[in-house]
Amino acid sequence: MHGLINRAIQSFVCTTYGRPCWARATETAGLGFVEFEPMLIYDAELSVRLLDALCTDLKRSRADFLEDLGTYLVSHPNTEDLRRLLRFGGVSYVDFLHSLDDLPDRVRLAVSDLELPMLELREETPTEYKLLCFPGLPGFSSVMTGVLRAMGDDYGALVMLADGGHKGEAEVIAITLVESAFAEGRQFDLGGKTS
Amino acid sequence: MTTTDQMADLLETLCPMFVLIDATGRIRRVGPTLQKLRPDQPMVGDDFLQLFELVRPRMVSTMPALMATAGGRLQLRFRDEPRTGLKGLIAPLPDDAGAVVNLSFGISILDAVRDYALTSADFSGTDLAIELLYLVEAKSAAMEASRSLNLRLQGAMLAAEEQAYTDTLTGLKNRRAMDHILGHLIRSKSKFALMHLDLDFFKSVNDQLGHAAGDYVLQQAARIMLEETRHDDTVARIGGDEFVFVFKDLVDPKTLCGIAERIIARLQEPMTFEGKTCEVSASIGTALSTQFDNKDWAEVLNAADQALYEAKKNGRACHVFYGNLTATPAKSDVQPLA
Repeated sequence: MHGLINRAIQSFVCTTYGRPCWARATETAGLGFVEFEPMLIYDAELSVRLLDALCTDLKRSRADFLEDLGTYLVSHPNTEDLRRLLRFGGVSYVDFLHSLDDLPDRVRLAVSDLELPMLELREETPTEYKLLCFPGLPGFSSVMTGVLRAMGDDYGALVMLADGGHKGEAEVIAITLVESAFAEGRQFDLGGKTS
Repeated sequence: MTTTDQMADLLETLCPMFVLIDATGRIRRVGPTLQKLRPDQPMVGDDFLQLFELVRPRMVSTMPALMATAGGRLQLRFRDEPRTGLKGLIAPLPDDAGAVVNLSFGISILDAVRDYALTSADFSGTDLAIELLYLVEAKSAAMEASRSLNLRLQGAMLAAEEQAYTDTLTGLKNRRAMDHILGHLIRSKSKFALMHLDLDFFKSVNDQLGHAAGDYVLQQAARIMLEETRHDDTVARIGGDEFVFVFKDLVDPKTLCGIAERIIARLQEPMTFEGKTCEVSASIGTALSTQFDNKDWAEVLNAADQALYEAKKNGRACHVFYGNLTATPAKSDVQPLA
């Protein structure tokens, strides 16, 4: 598993639950180290053990934990870079949803060895969408649910998300856009990144 | 509505940074994004070459010269501040009715989006500008992550090297470090002195009071050796109770004798470990790099070894110079080198 993904989990846990919680989980999972390097590749088995240890420690389901991770990735100042990259997807929430089909390719443009599962957006009506998350990264649809929710806030859109079950081998997230301009979203300047 | 106006309407959608100029070089229509770069200064009616300066090809200052560049790449910039650079392409209209110039930011896009607060809506749907901006940010973030990894790896490498050169019990350098330093001194043709020190009676401390006491004695001895040498000197523990000192640029026998005698005297002071008294002493043999042709430090070390052997033979607690191989008992007068 790519170090960036492991590092995302590390950053989320340390910020939200504190370093002792993280240190305990790395110990339980038998990692033999506490810091993931974002640019190295790790055995996928490590991440599975780590997630098991964390969910047991925090008494949370895997899906809930990963959804919170997705929300953290978009909304926390630590990961502002990532939010900005996602905002390049479009000027409105609907644009952003449509840009998700390209997300794995966009990610590969930035980090060539980071592979994300295929995503496919289906527009059922102008307010109802389904996001198909294809296999490749267990729990990815849970993370994406958190990302979609937080990006809704970011664009100022009022969005309802639900587990849409399965379609073939893909996990489905059902998205209902209640109002696209519900609140003032966060600002996004193309050239706004200072320093 | 004339056909030229219809064409200009089309261009507003397709090329939001176009300029339509008439045969005299006067601007008739301008794309919305280009106009956004000078919001308080309507461009229509201005002279194209008054507004923009051609950077390449140079020497283009008249309309006919401009028209002659048709089809080739142009590099331009605004004549007033901010002097944003632009890329351009000129296509003449039929019947000498003027031309269309299509402009784009090229590499200046990064500054332009900041200077003019441009948004996605300012770029044509087929323009790769947004992808370029995305890529720049994404690559910068990835590069930053790689850079910090490199820094951490470098730190880890230095720490590992330091560890590899350190004797963990005493914190002194180890044999590997000594080899390294001596090799460096020989290559740089530096003068140096080597002292080989062996603790006397150390085995009996170990045997009678145990290894913990032995370790304590070694640590105290190391501390004394560091205190009695300069910061730039090297003190290495190369065996159980064997130590080597490397004195760079110090080959004066009198000074070296002084150091050796002070070290022996201090090592002879009784140490107390868990209420028990440990007593050791030391024998030292010294050799100078200047006594050899300076090609091989092993020769110098071997000489120091011989001197040490001589010191041990002469009843311990004394210091012997290679070359005069007669014992100089500690606390007696220094014998100058013959």
